[in-house]
Amino acid sequence: MEIAEFDHHAAIPGTTLFDGEQAMKGYALNKMCYSFNKKENRDEYLADPEAYFEKFGLNEEQKQACRDKNVLAMIKAGGNIYYLAKFAGIYKLSVQDVGAQQTGMTTEEFKEKLRRAGD
Amino acid sequence: MATIIGGLTSSHIPAVGNAIANKLFDDPYWKPFFDGYPPIREWLSRHKPDVAINIYNDHGLGFFLDRMPTFAIGAAHEYKNEDEGWGIPQLDPFPGDPKLSWHIIGSMVADEFDITSCQELAVDHGFVVPMQLFWPGAPHNPDMPRTVPISANTVQHPIPTLHRAFEFGKALRRAILSYPQDIKVVVLGTGGLSHQLDGERAGFINKEFDLMCLDKIVTAPEELTKISRHELVRQAGAQGTEFLMWMMMRGTLGDKVTPLHKNYHIPISNTGAGTMMLECAA
Repeated sequence: MEIAEFDHHAAIPGTTLFDGEQAMKGYALNKMCYSFNKKENRDEYLADPEAYFEKFGLNEEQKQACRDKNVLAMIKAGGNIYYLAKFAGIYKLSVQDVGAQQTGMTTEEFKEKLRRAGD
Repeated sequence: MATIIGGLTSSHIPAVGNAIANKLFDDPYWKPFFDGYPPIREWLSRHKPDVAINIYNDHGLGFFLDRMPTFAIGAAHEYKNEDEGWGIPQLDPFPGDPKLSWHIIGSMVADEFDITSCQELAVDHGFVVPMQLFWPGAPHNPDMPRTVPISANTVQHPIPTLHRAFEFGKALRRAILSYPQDIKVVVLGTGGLSHQLDGERAGFINKEFDLMCLDKIVTAPEELTKISRHELVRQAGAQGTEFLMWMMMRGTLGDKVTPLHKNYHIPISNTGAGTMMLECAA
């Protein structure tokens, strides 16, 4: 392993590095998800998701990704997984459910993939 | 003068907090993980450190992207564990040691580490899960030490380099050892090991790389500082960058350490879970 120049956009397959560019792009979406730390905000969101999207100024791409609960689309729209996990929590999705959705597997298949990593 | 008795590492996965709340210690899935902790608890109950410096990474509770400190040090009388949005039971506040915090902050800045000081800092699973694992019933364990939380940014690139993390640890060692009170300090490095939650590569775990890190962090941590951040993401996964916290911890221990115990288990949630106890040379 050598010391390499740090290139945020050098390709690692299936990986989006969350850097300044992504952080700016996804600011509204991540800010909304950060607000879900508080129960009153989760309740307000669930009562009227569209109004809540507007309150945080999400763009159409971000709104649609949220409506679809599509994690890859949320990442593409600038979402950071640590904040998106709070969105997933509202719908009781575990990190295995989220992993399964992103890799096109069932949750059981995804859990088996994780188990096999220990072999 | 203050002394550093050793360093502990632990993964800090949220699911562990739920497993503790539900007492799943003998469940077949969880047992190989929880079995890694009794030797450490025994060592802690024998040495009874006065302070635990808990080096972790915030995951979007204490900090948001509006202002993202690279290195933040708590300087509060207590640290509250707050709702993270997904229903892990919240614990009572953890007692701080603000006098030691400000000594460390002063020493670090004099040593040219420009940190962020925090008089209020909500602590998430990254901080509380290891505390519960090492001191069951935390914060109400009778041996519960006072604490100084230190958080490093692994949310948003650019994150610190492994070299900087290790140097931070060395400066933290100088800060602790220059504290005039006779206190015993244990340093926690939490998070990791390899895992990736996001993207088509979600579920990535790298056993070979983890085992190499578990070995080198004891014998040759300087070698690990040569790994670039990009290479760390590639080898450890996007969230495996939490290994930075282990390197910060390791820097506080000095050159020679005695590895007393380690445990490694795949998977816990989406992660290769690593636990380690390193004792400082007397």
